[in-house]
Amino acid sequence: MAQKESTFLNMFLTLLVVTALSSLAASAVYNITKEPIAKVQHEKQQKAIREVMPGFTNYKVIRVMPEDGKDSITVYKGFKDEKVIGAAVETYTNKGYSGLVKLMVGFKPDGTITNIEVLEQKETPGLGTKMTTEKFKGQFKGKNPANFKIQVTKDGGDVDAITAATISSRAFCDAVTRAYKVYNKVNQENQ
Amino acid sequence: MNQKENFLKGFFKENPVFVMLLGMCPTLAVTNSAINGLGMGLATTFVLVMSNVVISLIKNLIPSKVRIPTFIVVIASFVTIVDLMMAGFVPALHEQLGIFIPLIVVNCIVLGRAEAFASKNTVWSSVLDGLGMGLGFAMALTMLGSVREILGNYSWFGFKFIDTDGILVFILSPGAFIVLGFLIALVNQFTKKA
Repeated sequence: MAQKESTFLNMFLTLLVVTALSSLAASAVYNITKEPIAKVQHEKQQKAIREVMPGFTNYKVIRVMPEDGKDSITVYKGFKDEKVIGAAVETYTNKGYSGLVKLMVGFKPDGTITNIEVLEQKETPGLGTKMTTEKFKGQFKGKNPANFKIQVTKDGGDVDAITAATISSRAFCDAVTRAYKVYNKVNQENQ
Repeated sequence: MNQKENFLKGFFKENPVFVMLLGMCPTLAVTNSAINGLGMGLATTFVLVMSNVVISLIKNLIPSKVRIPTFIVVIASFVTIVDLMMAGFVPALHEQLGIFIPLIVVNCIVLGRAEAFASKNTVWSSVLDGLGMGLGFAMALTMLGSVREILGNYSWFGFKFIDTDGILVFILSPGAFIVLGFLIALVNQFTKKA
């Protein structure tokens, strides 16, 4: 079969058919994968809530707008037998080395941090990604931000930064601080 | 050129990274660990083979003046499909490689092979070409990633053998240029004709 000539009509029709078929294929795949992707994301979120707020039986979802930031923060207030056992706060920061970092931070009713899970980050592998290790995020466990300054030691705080990843460490602290502020706000409003 | 040659040339003689210096953006950006290099290489191989097949099938239907936009649309569609499929059905793998998948679109190896090979050859030759080029690319990226991870983090494929921080410059972008330069020199040393 000979090569088709590059007449205007031929070029127009070829591109039309190719783009139409491509978008058809892409949208078909999108429809097939929409549900599994949503399910995966939901499971990930649920797992993070369980990690940072162990032992809850049900939770109430509260959306709060932080004072500094463009997106709302979701607070999952956990109950066990009608009693408040704490909250999981889905927080974020845009100050990461590669932008957005999303965390799930768990608080006890008195504001003590129970655990932190990293939901999303694009930090430099081998450096900023160490924020997901226990060595770094473990130092927040059991600390109450009322008497534990969530800032890296370089900035006068109590958090040991990751070696050569001060920006990522700062971003992590920023997200946790935001979560704490929102948690306090929610607590005050509900009392 | 026989079929065996079509497959093998991607590894050394026309290796996309060491010889043709194509696809430098993903090469330098993602190779800060061995597993990242391997993952990116294999994902690229898949897209490369698929796009080579489609393009060699439709090569006679495409007027030559619009061939480049057509190739790009075909490649971009495959990348989108791979990305969505991985996110939906192999979420663990997607978590590791997710950020690199969209980068395949801008990888000029894929477009380069479409233009230089698939648009002029039969389907079977194109499959072998895509496979060879892709695996050659994966091999180069894994080598680069291994060296950078070993020196920069004292670990290999996540297995840490010295429990301290490595020579950090190798993890950061300047390290990519340094290691790539040395690897190209090394490959040239071995493949250079007397």
